[in-house]
Amino acid sequence: MRTTRTARRKAALLTAAGLSAALALTGCSGSGGKSSEEKPTQAQGAGGKAADTPRIKIAMITHSGEGDTFWDIVQSGAKAAAAKDNVEFLYSANKEGKEQASLIEAAIDQKVQGIVVTLAKPEAVVAAVKKAVAAGIPVVTINSGSQHSKALGALSHIGQDEAVAGEGVGEELNTRGKKKALCVIHEQGNVSLEERCAGVKKTFKGSVENLNVEGTNMPSTTSSIEAKLQATKDIDVVVTLGAPFADATVKAKEGAGSKAEVDTFDLNAAVVKSLKSKAVGFAVDQQPYLQGYLAIDEIWLNRTNGNVLGGGKPVLTGPAIVTEKDVPALEKYTARGTR
Amino acid sequence: MTATAPQAEHDERLIRTSPLRKLMGRPELGSIVGAIAVFLFFSIAADSFLRASSFGTVLYAASTIGIMAVPVALLMIGGEFDLSAGVMVTSSALISSMFSYQMTANVWVGVFVSLLVTLLIGVFNGFMLTRTKLPSFIITLGTFLMLTGLNLGLTKLISGTVSTKGIGDMEGFEAAKAVFASQITIGSVNLKVTILWWFVLIALATWILLRTRAGNWIFAVGGEKDAARATGVPVNKTRIGLYMGVAFAAWVSGQHLLFSYDVVQSGEGVGNELTYIIAAVIGGCLITGGYGSAIGSAVGAFIFGMTSKGIVYAEWNPDWFKFFLGAMLLLATLLNAWVRKRAEARS
Repeated sequence: MRTTRTARRKAALLTAAGLSAALALTGCSGSGGKSSEEKPTQAQGAGGKAADTPRIKIAMITHSGEGDTFWDIVQSGAKAAAAKDNVEFLYSANKEGKEQASLIEAAIDQKVQGIVVTLAKPEAVVAAVKKAVAAGIPVVTINSGSQHSKALGALSHIGQDEAVAGEGVGEELNTRGKKKALCVIHEQGNVSLEERCAGVKKTFKGSVENLNVEGTNMPSTTSSIEAKLQATKDIDVVVTLGAPFADATVKAKEGAGSKAEVDTFDLNAAVVKSLKSKAVGFAVDQQPYLQGYLAIDEIWLNRTNGNVLGGGKPVLTGPAIVTEKDVPALEKYTARGTR
Repeated sequence: MTATAPQAEHDERLIRTSPLRKLMGRPELGSIVGAIAVFLFFSIAADSFLRASSFGTVLYAASTIGIMAVPVALLMIGGEFDLSAGVMVTSSALISSMFSYQMTANVWVGVFVSLLVTLLIGVFNGFMLTRTKLPSFIITLGTFLMLTGLNLGLTKLISGTVSTKGIGDMEGFEAAKAVFASQITIGSVNLKVTILWWFVLIALATWILLRTRAGNWIFAVGGEKDAARATGVPVNKTRIGLYMGVAFAAWVSGQHLLFSYDVVQSGEGVGNELTYIIAAVIGGCLITGGYGSAIGSAVGAFIFGMTSKGIVYAEWNPDWFKFFLGAMLLLATLLNAWVRKRAEARS
């Protein structure tokens, strides 16, 4: 049978349209989904009346990769503070130290009234940060690089000391009576991740092994952890350094038939769910929301009231150990992406 | 062995090639030898590699690469690349998840919408290639970057965060999970359903390549496209079809990603496209097109899976992981090339 081209095309289009219409009509889910969502409750500050101080512009420049949940929460904290303080909030990020430095330079050229910056790759951004300070722009450093912050002339540093957080985990593992830990590094060569594992090693009385996995490929991450658990049967606890990898580890554990406990750094909605179902033992929260919120607030307070936070010492936002007991209070916050 | 037996003289064209000779001429032969070498190596180097339970893990790792490597190999035989294959997997998972969630629809609706949209991305790649006549490298590089941006931008716009909302409690989830992300345990071996998908795709692709007219078209298009067109091969249709094949496999992988983890991280998948191409090349596909096999791509994926997990089983220093991975792959490919050369010299 031979039909004309256009007729065939038309028929194909009609079939596709009909099929999707039929699907849309019949396929409703009685559970879950958007319609089961509670109305989002805004975090404090937003929605209310903004401060009547003159409008200023503050830029935040981080070392975040694309699509990282953690930095999303930092941004929502910063935005909430910006709305309250009548601040125009600008965000940019690049993983490469060099690129991050050029973004800082761009912010200086834009004549912003405040800069919030991370010092994950301190050597690369030092010159740019010094330039900003010299130009009279107040700088607040967040998240990483507390030891460099003061020397660069930043007002304050707000973040978690990675080593301290790791040590906190080591101690918690001691109280849980663990003997052999596996520390899963999801980005090879990332200094702060290495610091976390080193911190665990320092205080943990048992032994610690590191494992590098490909963080951008979940199935590969899962099977690598699975392989490791099969190879080293006596591992009784796995520590992941980012929330999404806790879930991957739970899967790997099933596959390997391992009884190891899973604990993780950082929180997200899925981890809170796993804490509730006891699939994850505990999580270490460094409260990214606070890092964003306080940084913007600090610059605003400094400009409008001359305040300085921390008294020359880093302001620590973590580590806070979160367990199943804290879940009821946390659930609604993680669901809206502020914790 | 009598010296007096008369030597039968044959017409050269009628010489019956022995099965061994035939085997030596197959594109996947070199990679199979490479795979055996890697297997033997890790059997000796890693105590836990030979355990039955480890076999399931290695097969799973190989299958997640292999599902994509099959259509990527076909595409390479057809003489083209697809750099968007890695992120397309993530796109497919995101579409499915967000559509179901936002519409509060049965997850199967999302799964089928995702199939349609993903196939359309494949059509877009193929259509742009055939219309513009630009190298597929450029076209799919553009798609790759656009999809990376769309994945992040749309997810954040729609879900408010960079990962999707959980759909584990929605209708149809369990059934879809059974299809895309289930597992069975036989004895101590844990087998995931992706292995089945992988084998089915290999069989299908091999059948298409060796037994159908479309298979001939693929070889012809990759070998010499102008000659192919002159002899009546529908070059453009073949290419668009090949890109749709990649899109279909991306959909399968994407649904696996979604239904095994319930949430999807929007930044995932970048860099995987190279892994798929590597698997196809280790498996004997020529980068210039016209030569290769689907089974070869499967062996390539298996070598990749064995190497990446074998290093973990061997408990080598994790800091050197990437180095070992690269060195093992290079060795496997060298062995592959050497065997093929020998085989060609003999026949």
